[in-house]
Amino acid sequence: MFSRWSLIRQLRGEDGRRDAARSARTDALRPRTERADTVARSVCPYCAVGCGQLVYVKDGRVSQIEGDPDSPISRGRLCPKGSASKQLVTHPGRQTHVLYRRPHGTEWEPLDLDTAMEMITDRVLRTRRETWQQTDEGKVVRRTMGIAGMGGATLDNEENYLMKKLYTALGAIQVENQARI
Amino acid sequence: MAECHPVGFQWVMEAKARGAKVFHVDPRFTRTSAMADAYLPIRAGSDIVLLGALINHVLGNGLDFREYVLAYTNAATLVSEDFQDTEELDGLFSGFDPETRTYDPASWSYDEDGGPEPDERREGGRRHAEAAGADRYGSGGAAAPSRPRTDPTLSDPRCVYQILKRHFARYTPELVERMCGIREADFAELAEAITANSGRERTTAWVYSVGWTQHTVGAQYIRTASILQLLLGNMGRPGGGIMALRGHASIQGSTDIPTLFNILPGYLSMPHAHRHEGLDDYLEHEGGETGFWGNRRAYLVSLLKAWWGEAATEANDFCFDYLPRMTGDHGHYTTVMNQIDGTVKGYFVVGENPAVGSSGGRAQRFGLANLDWLVVRDLTLVETATFWRDGPELETGELRTEDIATEVFFLPAASHVEKEGTFTNTQRLLQWREKALDPPGDCRSDLWFYYHLGKRIRQRLTEDEIDRPLRELTWDYPEEGERAEPLATAVLREIGGVGPDGRALSAYTQLRPDGSTRCGCWIYCGVYADEVNQAARRRPGREQTPVAPEWGWAWPANRRILYNRASADPEGRPWSERKAFVWWDEDRREWTGLDVPDFETGKPPDYLPPEGAKAQDALAGTDPFIMQSDGKGWLYAPLGLADGPMPAHYEPHESPVRNPLYRQQANPARRIYRRPDSPYNPPESPRFPYVLTTYRLTEHHTAGAMSRPLAYLAELQPELFCEVSPQLAAEVGLVNGGWATIVTSRSLIEARVLVTGRVRPLRVQDRVIHQVGLPYHWGWGSGGLVTGDVANDLLPIVLDPNVYIQESKAMTCHVRPGRRPRGQALLDLMEEYRYG
Repeated sequence: MFSRWSLIRQLRGEDGRRDAARSARTDALRPRTERADTVARSVCPYCAVGCGQLVYVKDGRVSQIEGDPDSPISRGRLCPKGSASKQLVTHPGRQTHVLYRRPHGTEWEPLDLDTAMEMITDRVLRTRRETWQQTDEGKVVRRTMGIAGMGGATLDNEENYLMKKLYTALGAIQVENQARI
Repeated sequence: MAECHPVGFQWVMEAKARGAKVFHVDPRFTRTSAMADAYLPIRAGSDIVLLGALINHVLGNGLDFREYVLAYTNAATLVSEDFQDTEELDGLFSGFDPETRTYDPASWSYDEDGGPEPDERREGGRRHAEAAGADRYGSGGAAAPSRPRTDPTLSDPRCVYQILKRHFARYTPELVERMCGIREADFAELAEAITANSGRERTTAWVYSVGWTQHTVGAQYIRTASILQLLLGNMGRPGGGIMALRGHASIQGSTDIPTLFNILPGYLSMPHAHRHEGLDDYLEHEGGETGFWGNRRAYLVSLLKAWWGEAATEANDFCFDYLPRMTGDHGHYTTVMNQIDGTVKGYFVVGENPAVGSSGGRAQRFGLANLDWLVVRDLTLVETATFWRDGPELETGELRTEDIATEVFFLPAASHVEKEGTFTNTQRLLQWREKALDPPGDCRSDLWFYYHLGKRIRQRLTEDEIDRPLRELTWDYPEEGERAEPLATAVLREIGGVGPDGRALSAYTQLRPDGSTRCGCWIYCGVYADEVNQAARRRPGREQTPVAPEWGWAWPANRRILYNRASADPEGRPWSERKAFVWWDEDRREWTGLDVPDFETGKPPDYLPPEGAKAQDALAGTDPFIMQSDGKGWLYAPLGLADGPMPAHYEPHESPVRNPLYRQQANPARRIYRRPDSPYNPPESPRFPYVLTTYRLTEHHTAGAMSRPLAYLAELQPELFCEVSPQLAAEVGLVNGGWATIVTSRSLIEARVLVTGRVRPLRVQDRVIHQVGLPYHWGWGSGGLVTGDVANDLLPIVLDPNVYIQESKAMTCHVRPGRRPRGQALLDLMEEYRYG
């Protein structure tokens, strides 16, 4: 059994850069990608090249993110950010719960999602009514200048679409995006 | 490109391996420079001199691709006798009003028998300065006449070709050396290479990024490159073009389906209260009748039908009046000023971090501190959400947590793998992402948030008239799973459009002006053709042609190169076998080729429009630029720009040198905020003698919220640094690895010093100009494993007048050795610099 030890084989003069570097343990190792329960075809969220990503999930957690060799854009490659993107979705600094800071408050407070949604709905409706502007210099404008929005450019098209649709129906016109910047 | 779009850069390296010559023009030597055949260091903010000199080289030596230029551009078009150039008016074009600092573009127009169009029909100039009007030309050109007077011999002094020639005559290699710091020999090598590599057999491409757009003359930088590429016949052809490398996964999509104040989906303008009375009036004012933009009624009515469904009828102008009206500039920076002034009460910040990511960070944070309520949605606690407890203004004593009345809601967001949807990449390609798993805890997609917010709002509406647009809004997307996630496929299908039978449409040419079709974004029409999510197509690249038409879906109509009719000669034959891409098949009487033709398939090259023809019927079979009202590539823009029909070199708003070309120092129409929250460094100020430019690093992303919390990336680039040359380090007393304080009139920040030959001092106007390079990825929070001062705090709020993008690539600064002071001492030093 000891004779199988990689170290012993190397001491006996076998080449440590070849088979003698292998052990039973290394032979049993399999890539995380092989053991994944599912794999999703995705796209890198950083720059706009649009490299293909394969997102591997094991036991309800992302176990690996790799470049998609099928992509004619990236041919399986990812840059340092794309390669690190598993950490983007799993790092411990991610916030996973709603937080609330009351006016003049000095600390965050927990808040449940449903309550937060209801409170935000209140604020939107109240501010909209208080700042409603029906006309400007005699012309109908039908808007609120009291509510503004600023969106990032990693939002999906579908998300941007619902945002613009809802803001417009609300009469909120100061709607902007990273694309301006 | 190798730094910020590394995987895209593999294709540059492929081209180089096949013999392409690669030039890199940048203030800073980067990984791209290291791989290029030639590296040309340039003074930040002087690119129009370089590009203008290349144009002058082409025109002065008759090196343009004459057949292409005559057939496909407006080179032969005659311009009004009233037009006066910057060369005559010392840096101004005719029509400038110094009171309002805006142009009236009347005199720029084409020479017409009927004289210029009446005032209220004109586009560009002041209108654009009022509401960033040029954005809507993202797909539709301004309304120039489709058949203006021309001189095909190009000899009339009033034809565009001759005007250009005169305009750029002073942009010489000598001027390039004097203004850009690029040696004449290096310029000659570049000029020789791009002209030798253009024509029938060869094409040249330009690649740019925000190094060209983030200037007070940003739109004109791109115009200069467009003129050069049109003259050389490099547009609409394989291997040609001017490629914008955009910096965010779906920043192209965010413009196509905009969350922008001045446009609706598909670059339709938001209506303006004082310009548009109703639907007909709006349509009449928003572009020409000819070219594909002439179908805009169909595009807009289909959008209104998608939003208001059955409620939108012919009788009520399809609910056109439900759209809120603009009255001017409602852009990002004006909104911040309105926050400071107290008129904006509530603010949604979604996947964005203006407290550290926008110019003038201090103004951004004072704006946030003056809101009633703020909703922030992100993956981490970004600085925009936490400014009230740890922002820099607490340390200086300018703000106190207890005094800040802003109510803050932080809602955690789902990541890109925890939701499905499409990104639109930098080449207009929509790619669908499958969902890998559910988001953790309270994390939700932004689709979920806005859908459910809308649903809750709609449950609490009144019978009041102001609620009618919300009551009648189509807002009934199917929900899925225990989180009641709205189906993104249903939203994408609405964007892609449906016909009278309720079936998904195949192309925007099917859209109708009568309300029988619905389409949320006309340029995306067909993304759900045949009831198939076309953006989800994944035929492997190796099983397809290099065009890869079956991977994702590109707007419009899955065309991969825009205006590709220009890849064939006027008769419809490829310019050369080597560059064949799209051509006319005489036997089958249709356009065909390697890509989807960006042209009506059955329109023959010899088609001539009948008198009075509208929309695409008014364009000839030789007019490739089908969105333009005359079908031509514009070397000269008679309409549609706020700051002139041609580019002229202006110095950045903050520059250490005088403009030698004109008395006019900077863009006369640039947007300035003259108020205490927006101070500027005076031009040529000895207090701010150095050029400052900002940029990204390979290992970080934007203001850092998506990279500083990641262990690998934080370790690779742990600390904010500034790049300075050994000469500047010696002049100021900076030590490699030590600290420097960088100062502008906005703020001062500290950074580690990197003394490097990568930033070279340049000889400009017979003196040495030093440049300071600064990456902008740091802030104090965002869950960052590494933190640092905010580079954007240094930046001025001064904007391009066409698109309201800030000048963050060229400004002035001072550099001092050592760390910055803290508390009140910091404010004292800032005052000292501000007032001298």
